[in-house]
Amino acid sequence: MIAIERLSVSFGAVQALRDVSFRAETGKITAVLGSNGAGKTTLLRTISGLKEPTSGTITFDEHSLVAMKPENIARLGVGHVPEGRGVISEFTVEENLRLGAMMAKVDLATGLDEQYEQFPVLGERRKQHAAKLSGGERQMLAMARALIAKPSLLLLDEPSLGLAPLVTAQLMHTIHDLCASKNLTVILVEQNASTALRISDHAVILHLGRVVANDVKSNIVADENLRQYYLGMVN
Amino acid sequence: MDPFLTSRIVSDILTGLTNGVIYGLLALSLVLVWRSTRILNFAQGAMPMLATYVGMVVFAHQLSYWTLVIVSIVAGFAIGGVTERVLVRHLYGKPEINPIVVMVGFLIVLEGVAAAIWSTTPRGTPSPFSPIDWQLNGRPIALSAFSVYEIVTALVVMIGVAALFRFTKLGLQLRASALAPEVSRLLGVRVSRMLTFGWILSTGVGTICTVLVASNFFTGLTPQVMDGIFAFGFIAAAVGGLDSPVGAIVSGVAIGIILQFVGDYVNSNAIMITALIILIISLMVRPNGLFTKSTARRV
Repeated sequence: MIAIERLSVSFGAVQALRDVSFRAETGKITAVLGSNGAGKTTLLRTISGLKEPTSGTITFDEHSLVAMKPENIARLGVGHVPEGRGVISEFTVEENLRLGAMMAKVDLATGLDEQYEQFPVLGERRKQHAAKLSGGERQMLAMARALIAKPSLLLLDEPSLGLAPLVTAQLMHTIHDLCASKNLTVILVEQNASTALRISDHAVILHLGRVVANDVKSNIVADENLRQYYLGMVN
Repeated sequence: MDPFLTSRIVSDILTGLTNGVIYGLLALSLVLVWRSTRILNFAQGAMPMLATYVGMVVFAHQLSYWTLVIVSIVAGFAIGGVTERVLVRHLYGKPEINPIVVMVGFLIVLEGVAAAIWSTTPRGTPSPFSPIDWQLNGRPIALSAFSVYEIVTALVVMIGVAALFRFTKLGLQLRASALAPEVSRLLGVRVSRMLTFGWILSTGVGTICTVLVASNFFTGLTPQVMDGIFAFGFIAAAVGGLDSPVGAIVSGVAIGIILQFVGDYVNSNAIMITALIILIISLMVRPNGLFTKSTARRV
């Protein structure tokens, strides 16, 4: 479980997050939704230590993450798949995975086998450079690279970005299955609200750095105003 | 016997190869620093020079040549690590001119300190290998036990560095830290340690190069001993592509051989000019270097 309390982050004079509070429960998918500039990516970057908050607390399994270095946060079991995937193009598929497995407690060969089973296309292309992969394959590689370290919290930043609808649907299905089978806590940042809501248990809506809604999925979906004004979903 | 091995052309190739592996090693050490921290280290010859003087102090106490080698390399590691932590760390993310000015200043300081402590008189640090060329039917081949020692050492270092990068966890983390520092941190890699290690490794390689130069009977160790080698090593690194270890080595050897031919067939005064012409042409034709696959990247 991760609890975020009154978190504020600013870039100079611009405040990106203001008093953001919510919890993401263990084994559940919490969607963080909102338009461009709502502060979604900043939220994930602050959780994983890339950005320092101006105030507020982040507590993950009794560890305070504020002021911790990103590499130490990662070692606590926080996997972050950044926006644009962050796959290292100059590395082969397998080298990307080996890098992800660096701090895993499991045997490398077992870890690789597990990921190739989960994402067969990566197994077929293990010796290829990541630059040669398609958008969907790169996303799978980024996910596999985070998962091989056996994280207990997975931060996904716009995984559907640039993917075809069918690929997105498959990806969301995979995320849902992984969450259920491995008891993963997932924070899923998405602009594509309807896609994210389909698999999530809980949703937080950010608007200009503030939380405007924080509720279970059914309540969010049932609220006509939220749907219309913040999620761009019209019946 | 075949006079081919003692012919002028083969002699020039062998002499050029012996010089070239030295340029290649220095170029490799420049590339290691550039890849990890995007800093062109103008003190890349001076830092190992200081390390070699530290080794020489031990040698002067009647200890063996191999003790000198080991102490120098360890001192090189230490100088590289401390320089990164104390001096270079403050230069990351600053305008490009800052590291250049600081490292040129550091070069001058190091050479001044070495001259103040040990004077500018060349110090002999002779290796156990004879520098006298071998003979074939009474005619010399441009190879000696010492030049074979240089070539073999350079080969071992190059293969060792390549194996480190390709096959070890540490190498994977070093490469990842250079290519994608932020992503690497998200995967738990201690990038800041990797940057320090890049400098440790590079100064270690530079020190092996300097020990070879200083062990040469005809050179000896002086505070400026690496200035000329740095110039050719730098040109080799720029021609090969500052991102490419293989490019550094191949260019180093190629430049060594070309310059040897120029020195032998044209005039030894034409060597530096030729090196600069090679640099200018290569920068005009392939500004990113002959062996660099990726394009310019600013992180």
